[in-house]
Amino acid sequence: MAFHRLSTCAVALGEKGVALNEDTHSEILLHVNGVKHCLSVDNRTTLLDALRERVGHTGTKKGCDHGQCGACTVLCDGRRVVSCLMLAVAAEGAEVTTVEGLGGDGELLPIQQEFVRLDGFQCGYCTSGQICSAVGMLAEYAEGWPSAVTAPGSEPVLDAVEVRERMSGNLCRCGAYPSIVRAVLETAARGEVTG
Amino acid sequence: MREFAYQRVTQVREALTLVAENDGSRYLAGGTNLVDLMKCGVEAPTRLVDVRSLPLGGVREGADGGLVIGATTTNSDVAAHPEVRRRFPALSQAVLAGASGQLRNMATVGGNLLQRTRCAYFADPSQACNKRVPGTGCSAVDGAHHNHAVFGWSRHCVATHPSDMAVALAAFDAVVHYETLDGGGEIPLSEFYPPVGDTPQQETVLPSGALITAVSLPKAALSPWSRYRKVRDRASYAFANVSIAADLGVHDGVVRDVRIALGGVASQPWRARSAEAFLRGGPASFGTVPGGG
Ligand SMILES: Cc1cc2nc3c(=O)[nH]c(=O)nc-3n(C[C@H](O)[C@H](O)[C@H](O)COP(=O)(O)OP(=O)(O)OC[C@H]3O[C@@H](n4cnc5c(N)ncnc54)[C@H](O)[C@@H]3O)c2cc1C
Ligand code: SF4
Ligand code: FES
Ligand code: FES
Repeated sequence: MAFHRLSTCAVALGEKGVALNEDTHSEILLHVNGVKHCLSVDNRTTLLDALRERVGHTGTKKGCDHGQCGACTVLCDGRRVVSCLMLAVAAEGAEVTTVEGLGGDGELLPIQQEFVRLDGFQCGYCTSGQICSAVGMLAEYAEGWPSAVTAPGSEPVLDAVEVRERMSGNLCRCGAYPSIVRAVLETAARGEVTG
Repeated sequence: MREFAYQRVTQVREALTLVAENDGSRYLAGGTNLVDLMKCGVEAPTRLVDVRSLPLGGVREGADGGLVIGATTTNSDVAAHPEVRRRFPALSQAVLAGASGQLRNMATVGGNLLQRTRCAYFADPSQACNKRVPGTGCSAVDGAHHNHAVFGWSRHCVATHPSDMAVALAAFDAVVHYETLDGGGEIPLSEFYPPVGDTPQQETVLPSGALITAVSLPKAALSPWSRYRKVRDRASYAFANVSIAADLGVHDGVVRDVRIALGGVASQPWRARSAEAFLRGGPASFGTVPGGG
């Protein structure tokens, strides 16, 4: 993901000939769900705040704002991340997928269908994070990634114990965990997991 | 949060120069610790130098037959790497025992080594903390410290180092490699985190402005059966109460060599050298361990 920042203004040449960008604001091109958004942001803006307040995609939720709950989970180049600890400027160049970008026009992904069918939520606040996380997690599993409960030396087999461990980064205050685990397992069993 | 400039770099020298030119400059990798602490007001850099586009990612074979793990390799990629899983399973397990899937996708090896303590007083600028502001006192000594150090602490600070990965690296005698504008160097992990003493703010011996470029694992893992175990307040997504990385080499029923590192108990991964010496050369049976078997 090599990327050269085009310094727009306030650039001075440092003593050793390296360009110093002193600006505390940046013009960034954010790729969200296949659409490019040109934004002028204060460098302090997190990807989460940029998505919600600048791009207008409020599906991604803010729970703790400290990486501790997973409500803000989105996919960056297909990998799940917490958008509250990623700066918007650091997300430039990555393809960001939010819950709004999953599925097609009026079409739900299998994971979304299973969440609805099996009641994988109560209040719904954690749900977009759970779903984005599940999409990323199933891709990780498909790549053969182990988890903390995978026996060393063996390949992982997705069961309830594996799903609980792999989804532990997403808290649910309503305690909908049993149906969330079931929804993920049912989706895996259907074998169509791509976002 | 204080305002800051942001720059993404693609060359190591560029990164070193930017940080050397300005005291307030900091390297930014996954941001999972630094951005968090900036939100708390504990860290207030004036410039972030984003190192993720440097050519420092990936795992490769070292000249001595060991492994070299680039500093910007994500924690997820380290844990999933086939050679790490095959030759250093305790390292893969330790990384997977830390944080969450999302955080491991962002977090890097360099950032993981330099993450700050999770002592709650350290993260709260309204509290006295010698590590954050030297000389102000330690709120944890008489406060909440159930997850704090049991070894190697001083009355100036009783905090632990939170990294799981570093515990496994300590057991494997890993070496940290770095660059500065005056040249590079390497530091054995066992010497990377100095004793607390009366300078808890001095968390590593890394020269100021240095960029971690890689961590190397020597060829000589004792066995393909090294393991990591972690005890925590909940089953997952929590820091260690205590953890252990261990590797054991047995020949003809005799313990040829053994490595034991403990986590969550000190300001550094704690090598249990007396226990290692006790076991080394003895019979490899459960009876060797007092209370074992
Ligand atoms: C909710 C939560 C739970 C967590 N649980 C655990 C856990 O159970 N176990 C565990 O081990 N960890 C845990 N972590 C911590 C996590 O592992 C670290 O935050 C992460 O490894 C830091 O890596 P990073 O790349 O994001 O670092 P950053 O946040 O980007 O940087 C951290 C520090 O390292 C410096 N730095 C980064 N790269 C370099 C480099 N190449 N050279 C020199 N300096 C550099 C930065 O300047 C900064 O000071 C948890 C974190 C959170 C938020
Ligand atoms: S234990 Fe260390 S980090 Fe915690 S309050 Fe005391 S000095 Fe600060
Ligand atoms: S809002 Fe990001 S993890 Fe809680
Ligand atoms: S459904 Fe309410 S927090 Fe999960």
